[in-house]
Amino acid sequence: MYNPPDYYQIDELLTDEHKIIRESVREWVNRRIIPVIDDYAQRHEFPEYIIKEMGELGALGPYIPEKYGGAGMDQIAYGVIMTELERGDSAIRSAASVQSSLVMYPIYAFGDEKQRMKYLPKLATGEMVGAFGLTEPNHGSDPGSMTTRFEDKGDYYLLNGAKMWITNAPICDIAVVWAKDESGKVRGLILERGMEGFTTPETYKKWSLRASATGELVFDNVKVPKENMLPNIKGLKGPLMCLNSARYGIAWGVIGAAMDCYDTALRYSLERKQFGKPVASFQLQQKKLAEMLTEITKMQLMAWRLGTLRNEDRATPAQISMAKRNNVEHTLKIARESRQILGAMGITGDFPIMRHMMNLESVITYEGTHDIHLLITGHDITGIPAFE
Amino acid sequence: MKILVLISNVPDTTTKIRFTGDNTAFDTSGVQWIINPWDELALTRAVELKEAGAVEKVVVANVGEKITEPTLRKALAVGADEAIRVDTEPKDSYFVAKQLAQVAKDFDIILAGIEASDYNGSAVGGMLAEILDIASVSAVSGLNIENGELSVNRDIDGGSQVLSINTPVVLIVQKGIAKEPRIPAMRGIMMARKKPLNVVPAVDAEPRTKFVKFELPPPKAACKMVDEDNAKELIRLLHEEAKVI
Ligand SMILES: Cc1cc2nc3c(=O)[nH]c(=O)nc-3n(C[C@H](O)[C@H](O)[C@H](O)COP(=O)(O)OP(=O)(O)OC[C@H]3O[C@@H](n4cnc5c(N)ncnc54)[C@H](O)[C@@H]3O)c2cc1C
Repeated sequence: MYNPPDYYQIDELLTDEHKIIRESVREWVNRRIIPVIDDYAQRHEFPEYIIKEMGELGALGPYIPEKYGGAGMDQIAYGVIMTELERGDSAIRSAASVQSSLVMYPIYAFGDEKQRMKYLPKLATGEMVGAFGLTEPNHGSDPGSMTTRFEDKGDYYLLNGAKMWITNAPICDIAVVWAKDESGKVRGLILERGMEGFTTPETYKKWSLRASATGELVFDNVKVPKENMLPNIKGLKGPLMCLNSARYGIAWGVIGAAMDCYDTALRYSLERKQFGKPVASFQLQQKKLAEMLTEITKMQLMAWRLGTLRNEDRATPAQISMAKRNNVEHTLKIARESRQILGAMGITGDFPIMRHMMNLESVITYEGTHDIHLLITGHDITGIPAFE
Repeated sequence: MKILVLISNVPDTTTKIRFTGDNTAFDTSGVQWIINPWDELALTRAVELKEAGAVEKVVVANVGEKITEPTLRKALAVGADEAIRVDTEPKDSYFVAKQLAQVAKDFDIILAGIEASDYNGSAVGGMLAEILDIASVSAVSGLNIENGELSVNRDIDGGSQVLSINTPVVLIVQKGIAKEPRIPAMRGIMMARKKPLNVVPAVDAEPRTKFVKFELPPPKAACKMVDEDNAKELIRLLHEEAKVI
């Protein structure tokens, strides 16, 4: 029985409503994810049924206004949902993150009313799956150098190029794609499955996020109707604003994975005996557990405070980078340490730890790598960019 | 057709149980509260019947102090239309039934859980029916309504029974009444904000029982493992230590 820690009574910082939300998502994860997720991950398969179920639950775009099919919730509620989903698996949280922060958010924030009404309600119910195309084969950390382009052909835009490492690509109905116009300005286009020349080959043989569908978005002379351009944003700021929302969700999400690892390791160490004593009675193991709980507590406080800032629209991108970087790093460390506490058992699929650990190798890379987030903080405190 | 679902606010089933006041009261500090599991199933079935169009209104009622309101909000999020809280500490089954009787008069069906997972009294539903002077059916594991006619399933020893019954009625429900408790969706949680939660004052009633003392069960003894080829040792342990043979 999952028993997540709350060492600093951080629950008292949540409203009753947040707690009901958490309970709901946790129960859904208990019923629909925990019993099957290891199997899906072992088979390298995305549990497709979860999209509609997450839609029913309201976990897709919870902060989008009700008018567009969202639940009109605050940022802490979004965070709480992400934590519970990632306790199940980072792949589940990734699917929800992409749909909410990288597809629904830009359509809501940068789209016109017609686009909002056309896509948002269906994305909220999970009837439609979305993907977000920024990264390219040759441009990852430096998306400003992207080469995917479109030309204005009068009646339509002609799009050429390719995106890589795209979550949900193989199963998406629509994709928000960032590409350059003839003057080199980055714009957002909504691609729909079925447009001629638009394909989404799947990426196989991943050792991480095996229960997530990752793939490419390939554009070979795709004619994109002009009404599919997001009118209200120009430049790299567009995708970066989406990433802010998603990174914020990750800062909360990974806490779920960290708690699952800690909770599993604590229980195991109390039950497993060596040298006639529970493994938990040895100082070295206690050190691991004590440090894990300390880091989890710090992560919780950081995420919560960032949430209150976001509710007031005051969180800066650099603050979000710090929380994403810190929380993913410590969660990955917690996964590694807790795996050791389980000894050989830790490498099996009977326990969630190794799966979390492998997933986190993606989480520490996507949405801005660990290094890049450090450079963002460095830039913020010195005023000197060290990227180039 | 209107349904009233009785909701008991109970500690989460994983709660570590402690007592205060020289073992005369349950220590509520740090406890997570939930809807009593049987009540949650009853509520789920009531909401299903409402969605199917067989019922117009689902109301939930609880006897408790302000700390029970999050539990009622959750019931509203699951799909109840209204909540009633009788503002007093629930003292014993009779006291609670008396309090509920004042709010339960105008309903066709009253659903009570077969017991509450805290004190397992199993008495409120029956007492309430008696006070209201209406029929009650116990151990109900299914409820269907067609053209305003109730059909009720009961589990009986070695089989099951189907009853048809007139309203008003108290149905005391157990597992099976709904497949699994409904998980409130985010929209339901937001809608619950706007639904009425009415607080009514308690009526005079004397509890008929009093808590004298609580005791925790003795801690579980450690399990001794005996090798499969050492039956002799097992028999010795059973004979000399456990003294069961
Ligand atoms: C499973 C998965 C899902 C993904 N989903 C999506 C998605 O849905 N949409 C999307 O657009 N992208 C997605 N990505 C892509 C992800 O965002 C990129 O992988 C990430 O931005 C890093 O780019 P890269 O892999 O090209 O690494 P590179 O940019 O090539 O970096 C390689 C290494 O160099 C370091 N480095 C790069 N530049 C600097 C510098 N200036 N200073 C110091 N070090 C530097 C990096 O930190 C890294 O360690 C996904 C990735 C994965 C693994």
